[in-house]
Formats: sequence, structure tokens, C-alpha cells
Amino acid sequence: MNKIVLPPEASTPANWPEGLTRVPYWVFQDQSVYAEEQRKIFQGPNWHYLALEVELAEPGDFLTTHIGDTPVIVTHDTDNEIYAFENRCAHRGALICLENRGKHRKDFSCVYHAWNYDPQGNLTGIAFKDGIKGKGGMPDSFKMEQHGPRKLRIAIVHGLIFGSFSEDVPSIEEYLGEEILNHIERVLGGRKAVVLGRFTQVLPNNWKLYMENVKDSYHASILHLFFTTFELNRLSMKGGIIVDESGGHHVSYSAIDREAEKDVDYAKQQLRSESEYKLADPTLLESFDEYQDGCTLQILSVFPTFVLQQIQNAIAVRQIVPRAVDRTDLNWTYLGFADDTREQRLTRLKQGNLVGPAGYISMEDGCVGGFVQRGIAGASEDQAVLEMGGAEANSSESRVTEASVRGFWKAYRANMGI
Amino acid sequence: MHANSLQYITKAQADYARCIDDDRLEEWPSLFHGPCLYKITTASNYRDGLEAGIVFANSRGMLTDRVSALREANIYERQSYRHILGLPSILSEDGAKVKSETPFMVARILQDGDTSIYATGRYFDVYEIVDGVAQLHERTVVCDSSRIDTLLALPL
Ligand code: FES
Ligand SMILES: [Fe+2]
Repeated sequence: MNKIVLPPEASTPANWPEGLTRVPYWVFQDQSVYAEEQRKIFQGPNWHYLALEVELAEPGDFLTTHIGDTPVIVTHDTDNEIYAFENRCAHRGALICLENRGKHRKDFSCVYHAWNYDPQGNLTGIAFKDGIKGKGGMPDSFKMEQHGPRKLRIAIVHGLIFGSFSEDVPSIEEYLGEEILNHIERVLGGRKAVVLGRFTQVLPNNWKLYMENVKDSYHASILHLFFTTFELNRLSMKGGIIVDESGGHHVSYSAIDREAEKDVDYAKQQLRSESEYKLADPTLLESFDEYQDGCTLQILSVFPTFVLQQIQNAIAVRQIVPRAVDRTDLNWTYLGFADDTREQRLTRLKQGNLVGPAGYISMEDGCVGGFVQRGIAGASEDQAVLEMGGAEANSSESRVTEASVRGFWKAYRANMGI
Repeated sequence: MHANSLQYITKAQADYARCIDDDRLEEWPSLFHGPCLYKITTASNYRDGLEAGIVFANSRGMLTDRVSALREANIYERQSYRHILGLPSILSEDGAKVKSETPFMVARILQDGDTSIYATGRYFDVYEIVDGVAQLHERTVVCDSSRIDTLLALPL
């Protein structure tokens, strides 16, 4: 007689292996984990990137974005402050604002029943509040001040606007720590950013697979073959990664090693690159020395979902927005600076080819998360291995390490309480 | 308006689409003439005057490099496009220089057969008509949507 064998019970979030070197696959697949992340991480005590200060330069400017699933309106009010509040009407929950961005906005009116809000998110008007001819209307007991969309705390660092739903989140300076702050300052400090373009890349994978990829310095020279194929790697590069104490933020960098460069036969290196150069138009990589520190690449991430990128002169911020368990929006904003010369601006436009959805050294990151999502489809009980470079989540002078990926999971588990 | 411009441009458009859809990417750079400008952007960037492209090339060499990278360096799932082009509109004509706008729809066919409308938009082109041939000098590909599914490998 046939016997029906029941599958084993699925793991619950309590079943996380000891240490930081294993990641169970259900964490990328489970709907209840996704819901829990919304509550604990996205609504929890973290700072989330919302916009650039230059995108809201004048009073009346506004834009809409998301923190996780939650729609958010960000405004610049007439008192010259930046505000953000949930894009959800206090009446019956409709979106208050349907536009992506705009100017000269004095108030926001919900289309459904015209409840009205000021740019700080206060409920200021209710249509037919007193009814018509003494009939209908809201009861006297209804107090407008007691109703409104949730307001966010705002913090601005070097032109980046962050928001948080949490009253418990530490100050942004404390949250980021000095090292991360310094590396943000290195790219953006004291400069007026200019938006050069915005693109959204729709990733067929869980948001954490993209964050792992950003923090994974191990894959860079293996998955992305552009520099290797065209023999554009310099012989004398040094690099490393910085992982902050929480594990959640990181910096990965590579720089020209000027000491080593003196040692190697420099003429020979020049010869090598000239004779085997394979780019038909090598001006793509003609960079200008923007930071005077020889650092050609700096990828910086802030937990949970923000990335600041400098790849030569291609500067961009990336905002990662989870849309479903297996779907993620990656919002790219390409940047220049107000004092760019025409030549410098052209260099940035050309080097834009390195990054984004069609980037020579980033296009693979758009699909590789999907390869994992599809690969693990039947294996929620199995685990990823993260042992490259040891078991810790510390800064390192080698980039052949998964330390910052382990760091991400350290911060993630602390947030999730698992 | 030169009576034949529309006809010359229509032929150039058809050749361009077939070149990509037939996977003859090595020939794609030779469809551009003169100083050469090729850019892929979105309707909202285009409207706001934002300069950056998803792809930006201001020389034929950069187009050649794009093809070499796709062939030799970049990793992506095998895929092909089917371009469906609408009729070109002539926007302006100045001697042999003709500007046109042509709507397109591109379906992407992945290796497992999954087919989707990958992009819709407009080509803003600058042609020079030389001996009855419309030579493409500039193409700005303006995608209607700002969202790109997974990645953009093949040119539009
Ligand atoms: S839902 Fe907004 S006014 Fe009714
Ligand atoms: Fe990558």
C-alpha cells in the first residue's frame, strides 16, 4: 500500500546556525520573514536614505519615495526645513501624493475625500467637516490634531537626507560612526551635487541578496571580467575593506599603491598596457584626479539599504527598495558636482558606462541575485557558506574576504532578534 | 521637405533593427556615421534635461567596445530582441541634415523562451542624406519607462 510521507517541518527563524559563516536560504524566501523585516528593520531603529538635499533645494519642493514597503513624502517647507511623513491618508488610507516629484507645493490634498495636509504632514482640513445644512459631517469629538500620517525623524549628512520611523534610533553620527562618516565626507563633503540621471533597475531577487553583493569584495574581479578582459588592471593596486562595529556599514576601496609603483619597473608596466590595450576608445577611462588620494574605487554601504559609489569619476547613490520577497527596486542616481568643468562632466557621462543597469562592471550584479534566488528554490533548509577570510566581521587589508557580508548578517540578526 | 527623406530613413531604421535582432552586433557600430552619438535614457530624464545615459557613447570606438564587452567580458543570460518600429516622423530638415522621431517597441526573448515587452520608447535621430542613403549621426533612445528589468545588455 502506498504511504504518504510528509515533508519535514519548515525551519522557523529561530533556527539560525551558530556564528556568522552560515546563512539559511529561507531568509531569502519566507513571506513571514519579509513582513517581519518591514516591522523590525524598515520601521525600526535604522536610518534610511530618502533623497539628496539638492533634489529638494527650494521651499515647496517635494518628492515621494519608499522605506521598505512604506510610501513616504519628503518636503522642503517654507521654514527651510526638510520634513518627511508617510504617504498615507489619515482618513481611509489612500496615497496622499501620486507624483514622483514637484515644486511650489503649499499643501497636499488626498484625492479620495480631499482631506488636506500641510508640508509637515499635519492634517489641516476635512471636506464637509461640518456637514451640509447642519446634517452629516464629523462628530465634535473628532480632533484633527490627533490624526495624521506618521512623521519621520530626519537627519542630513553631506547632502544626503535620511529618515527614520523610530524614536529610538541614535543620532546619524552615532549610527554611522566616524570612519563611515569620513568616507562619505571624502566623496560629498563641502560640494554641491548635481543630479545627472535617474534609473531604476528591477532585480529579480530578495533585497538582501543585492546587499550581500554590494558588500562582497570577493566577487569583484571574478564575476566582472571587463577590466581583466581589456587588461586595464594596474599592477600596483592596494585595497581593503572597513566594517563598522555594528557590522551593518562597510567601505570597500582600492587605490594606486604609490610605494609599490616606485618599486616595480614602471616603464615595463606602461609598455604592457600600451601593447595589449584592447579598448577601441580608451578615453572611457581617462579620469581626473578628483580626490588627490589615488583611490580609484570606494563603495560604501549604510545598513540596511543605501550605497554611495565612487568608481573613478562615476559617482552615484543607490537606494534599495524591497518590493516583494523575490523582487527589489534598485534606484540609481548619477551625480556630478556644480563646479565640474565641461570636460569633467563628459568624463562622468562616459564613465557612467561602467555602472548602472548596462554597466561594464555592474551589469552582472543585476542578474546574479536572480541566479541565487532561482538556485535556492528547492533548498530553504540548506545554507550559504561565508568562510572566505575567516569567520569574523572585521576590517581587513585584503579584499578577498567575505567579512563585510558577515557584517551585514551580524547587523541583520541583531535587528531581527535572531 | 525632401520627398524621399522619409523613405531613406525608413530603410535605415529597418536595417538598424535587423542588425540587432539578427545578432549581427559587430556591424552595429558601422551604422553610425560622422561624429557619432548614441545614448539610452528615459523619458523623465529627457524631459528634465538630465544628461547621463544608461549607455553613453560619443565615438564609434565606444560602440565597438560595447560589443566586445558583450561578447567577451560581460556575463548575462542569452537573450535576443525583436524590434517593432513605428513610422518615423520628420521633425526638421536642414539641407541634407534630417531630424526624426520614431517610436519603437522591443520584446526580449530569454533563453528559456520567456518573452516580454522589454522597452517601449522613441528614437530621436539625426541623419545626413548622402546619395540616397540616410546615414545615422546621432541616436538618443528615450525609453518611456524609468524601470529596466534586471539589466540592459544588447543595444536598443
Ligand atoms: S482616504 Fe484620503 S480623504 Fe478619504
Ligand atoms: Fe559586483
